[in-house]
Amino acid sequence: MSHEDVLNPKHMPHDPEKATLEGKNKFLGFWFFLGGETVLFASLFGTYLALNGSTQGENTPEHLFGLELVFIMTMLLLTSSLTSVYAMYHMKNHNFGKMQTWLAITVFLGLAFLGCEIYEFYHYIHEYGFTFRSSAFGSAFYTLVGFHGGHVLFGLSWITALLLRNRKRGLNLYNAPKYYIASLYWHFIDVVWVFIFTVVYLMGKVG
Amino acid sequence: MSTATAQKRGLGAAIWDYLTTVDHKKIAHLYLVAGGLFFLIGGLEAMLIRIQLMKPDNNFISAGLYNEMITMHGTTMIFLAAMPLIFALMNAVVPLQIGARDVAFPFLNSLGFWLFLFGGLMLNVSWFTGGAPDAGWTNYAPLSTSSPGHGVDYYVMGLQISGAGTLIGGINFLVTIVNMRAPGMTYMRMPLFTWSTFVTSTLILFAFPALTVGLFLMMFDRMFGSAFFDVGLGGNVIIWEHLFWIFGHPEVYILILPLFGAFSDIFSNFSKKRLFGYSAMVFATVLIGFLGFMVWAHHMFTVGMGPIANSIFAVATMAIAVPTGIKIFNWLFTMWGGQIKMTAAMLWSIAFIPSFTIGGMTGVMLAAAAADYQYHDTYFVVGHFHYVIVGGVVFGLFAALHYWWPKMFGKVLNEKLGKLAFWPFFIGFHLTFFIQHFLGLMGMPRRYWVFLEGQGLDAGNLISTIGAFLMAIGTVIFLINVVYTSVKEKKVSGDPWNGRTLEWSIPSPPPHYNFVQTPLVRGLDPLWVEKMDGKEGMTPAEPLGDIHMPNASILPFTISLGLFIAGFGFIYQVDDTVWLIAVFAGMGITLGSMLIRSLKDDLGHHIHKEELEEDIKKGVGR
Amino acid sequence: MRGWMGKFRSLLLFGALTLILTGCGIENVSALKPKGYGSELLFDLMMISIAIMIFVFVIVMAIYAFVLFRFREKKGQEDVIPKQTEGNKALEVIWTVIPIILLLVLAIPTVQATFDLADQSSQDDEGTLTIDVTGNQYWWQFTYADQEISTSQELYIPTNERVYLNMKSSDVIHSFWVPAISGKMDTNPGENTNTMYLEAYEEGVYEGFCAELCGPSHSLMYFKVIAVSPDQYDQWVEDMKNVDPEAEPETASAQEGQELFNNNCMSCHAIGGGSAGVGPNLANFGNRSKIAGILEPTKENLKDWIVHPDEIKPGNQMPAELVTEEEADKIADYLLELQHSDVGQDVPVIEASE
Repeated sequence: MSHEDVLNPKHMPHDPEKATLEGKNKFLGFWFFLGGETVLFASLFGTYLALNGSTQGENTPEHLFGLELVFIMTMLLLTSSLTSVYAMYHMKNHNFGKMQTWLAITVFLGLAFLGCEIYEFYHYIHEYGFTFRSSAFGSAFYTLVGFHGGHVLFGLSWITALLLRNRKRGLNLYNAPKYYIASLYWHFIDVVWVFIFTVVYLMGKVG
Repeated sequence: MSTATAQKRGLGAAIWDYLTTVDHKKIAHLYLVAGGLFFLIGGLEAMLIRIQLMKPDNNFISAGLYNEMITMHGTTMIFLAAMPLIFALMNAVVPLQIGARDVAFPFLNSLGFWLFLFGGLMLNVSWFTGGAPDAGWTNYAPLSTSSPGHGVDYYVMGLQISGAGTLIGGINFLVTIVNMRAPGMTYMRMPLFTWSTFVTSTLILFAFPALTVGLFLMMFDRMFGSAFFDVGLGGNVIIWEHLFWIFGHPEVYILILPLFGAFSDIFSNFSKKRLFGYSAMVFATVLIGFLGFMVWAHHMFTVGMGPIANSIFAVATMAIAVPTGIKIFNWLFTMWGGQIKMTAAMLWSIAFIPSFTIGGMTGVMLAAAAADYQYHDTYFVVGHFHYVIVGGVVFGLFAALHYWWPKMFGKVLNEKLGKLAFWPFFIGFHLTFFIQHFLGLMGMPRRYWVFLEGQGLDAGNLISTIGAFLMAIGTVIFLINVVYTSVKEKKVSGDPWNGRTLEWSIPSPPPHYNFVQTPLVRGLDPLWVEKMDGKEGMTPAEPLGDIHMPNASILPFTISLGLFIAGFGFIYQVDDTVWLIAVFAGMGITLGSMLIRSLKDDLGHHIHKEELEEDIKKGVGR
Repeated sequence: MRGWMGKFRSLLLFGALTLILTGCGIENVSALKPKGYGSELLFDLMMISIAIMIFVFVIVMAIYAFVLFRFREKKGQEDVIPKQTEGNKALEVIWTVIPIILLLVLAIPTVQATFDLADQSSQDDEGTLTIDVTGNQYWWQFTYADQEISTSQELYIPTNERVYLNMKSSDVIHSFWVPAISGKMDTNPGENTNTMYLEAYEEGVYEGFCAELCGPSHSLMYFKVIAVSPDQYDQWVEDMKNVDPEAEPETASAQEGQELFNNNCMSCHAIGGGSAGVGPNLANFGNRSKIAGILEPTKENLKDWIVHPDEIKPGNQMPAELVTEEEADKIADYLLELQHSDVGQDVPVIEASE
């Protein structure tokens, strides 16, 4: 396939993200990468579960966590996952404008989530004196949730870069796989959050 | 095309060419050279260890330096020598074996190499900046978290960087093998080396993230005051052991499986027979990979996990002996009824069978959890894992290098020197490590800086040291062979061994694009199939046309360099926050390079039909 | 279970193996010369596994030798193309099933022995001795809580009695290993306390090792297990209970030494009593067979050790040059006079071999 065909295809196929060999490779490679990421988070969850009783004082999960904020955060992230699905739906219909719009909404929701998380951490540190260094539980909590937060930040930067880079040239067979795997990444982040919500917050609150 | 111009422009351009290359064959050269150098460094460290243990109460090196030596020997040999040398073979061979023009992610392939190299350099810089890591290659907390100085910090950062490179390499080969196979190259026609690369890459993918997490926790504890391994704040040191071995046990299969694959190809080739029980061999490889994840805690029998956990892990570990046994017997029956040709490659492979069988047997003995209370952390274990790693991995590397050297460099390694290198190494290997099993049972724990007089350990240790010198002699002869071959030996054809698989159907070394036309695969051992049908080479699966190739790039180098700089920043910001500048500068270089990669379109280039026709006239294609 | 293994052991091959392997190493050090319940159980398990492994190895090597002998390419055969066999289902089944059976034969005694050694059923019985073992960089502390005795470097136990050890570490991970009596067990810092038992069959001084890398002096962290008859053991307990740290030494030099010791060393060390400090409890020091676990018990060595401990055990906690040479001389006099119990002085010590 010539460069011209990749950047300005005469006919966009139904699955533009998998129309080229590079696209297919990216698609599969990224799934494998997410497999590795799963082990990464599984290890962090394991560490957290091993240490969540080592609170060294009154800053226990029951004492610290408030479910209201976490519920809002969960809703924000779940909704952002849905909006990124819309974006991919529009990509398959070759509607570039709508895809960009829905991804922009995704970024907006992700930012709101991140804002809540920063507020939450700030709150724990200043209201309760609960820090990364105060106990093994503190280290495990901030590491697990912080790793997820770091992934959110990276995902947001990635999607934003894509939105800005391609805003003037539309969808083609070169950038379609990039959009697609960025949205896969976003779904993965969402799934990890569901586990964090359950294991860290719900189980922590219930005891 | 870039190769040809580069050669005209001299050394500077050649260096630039290697810095920016995304060609899997050149990346193989890079891995080979870097891995080879680290192998020599690791070997030197081993010699110093053996000199120290030559006699009782020896004072050749100090206790602290000795611990640095054993730590760096283990870490270097596993992460910086064995793995890169395996990656060298994978890069050199796998795309050729499946009929691909390149790997799936050429850019990431290059990135993987530079990350490994900078990680390895980082680890070794520690020798010159106040002391290498000294908590053993297993780096158990809290010995590691409380180790003074920055040695362990170098371990953490160096392995984190090179580990990222390995993970990238693993994903690259997985996708390459799934997506890039030539028409007709079904899974059950893939050569065993490709199969084992596939399984190994899966293991890398699922094992390395556990190490990544372990290293992060260690980094946070040492550099940012967290309390994962600080029992005073409720931490738990056993978490490190679990994370390390969840990675560490699959790691030993990551090391040995590719060489199992190489041995399979070599036995088949030099017996002039197809591999006996091909599907059983594939099944055994997959099963070993799968079971490899179920047994990590057999490294921790004495930690106090209780009899139930110990028994489960003991039985699971024993189970691995079954697929390994299947492999040994299938190799033997591959040779049965064949026409065995005793080349240097075959000699190393033949020597592997008894050596590895002994290593496997002591492995089963170690799996017996209760008996491991006596073996654990003694020279019995040292003897065992050197039997599998040297007798398996190193013998395999030598065999595979002899076998594929002509494909990589166009010349056959001198056979006489090859065999001359083999004998001292082989004899020295058994002298060094066989006696160590007994030393362990007689009461010599591993990682002992000195042993006392009058405990009956003197003779065994002396024998072991003598053996180590013989191994060193063998290695030196091999190096002489490499030089001699490149100076004196003549170029050979693309198929010097009467090969069976696709890599032997193209010239040596292969052109930039590997295959002028993608071959059509008609069975297991595709080239052999064509030969038996009386054909000269492979039937093409496509007409002659333009070939799409990736562009070279310096970005993998700069991404890795940035992390290297940031690594120093992370290590020294503990002493002085000025070093945070290095963290930001390094991360800036890395993230900036990634951003450039992301924003700048890189569509690759085409090699045109006319150029290919020129090449064919010059005799490149067949 | 022991009967089961005992029968196995009488097999001819087995007997031969045992003979060869027990030729290895020194009495009271080597795991191949078992002198206790654990080590004997494990020795039998080892022998079973070695017998199975040698059986397999002989078969593999027989095929190997035949193949290499018979199927080498001979001159003039370069063009011969052998038959391209695909494989053989029956053979594959054979070399899958037989190893599974052999492994089961090994797995059963393995699991039995693993549970046997983890058995703690008699720990709470009346009169069962439990000792707290603490690993330190680079010495061992043994506390007999019920008897209110604390010792270091030398662990006294009665013979033919199951003695339980509760094990932990005060700093990094160590591993407690007395090969001639039993297998090893790690001592972990923090909450992960381990329990194992020792049962020595014969009186003797058994060599103990640290088997987990614990710092520069890991290889110098020896200790002794001194097994004596139950009567003598009771005597030793009595002697140790009567240790009086205030007792007046005999010579003038030792008396000065005592004062120097009390002023300089007592903040870390202790003499007698059930508690231990940061450093070893030095009760009965004058009867120890080794200084710091490695040096011969001479006065010169002791002085060296007191003034330059870092040169003898690199990385250890005892401060160097805390006292002068002359002061060390007197302290040494005092310490060598600390002979609180002569139990264990006449039991067999390992002899330098060959």
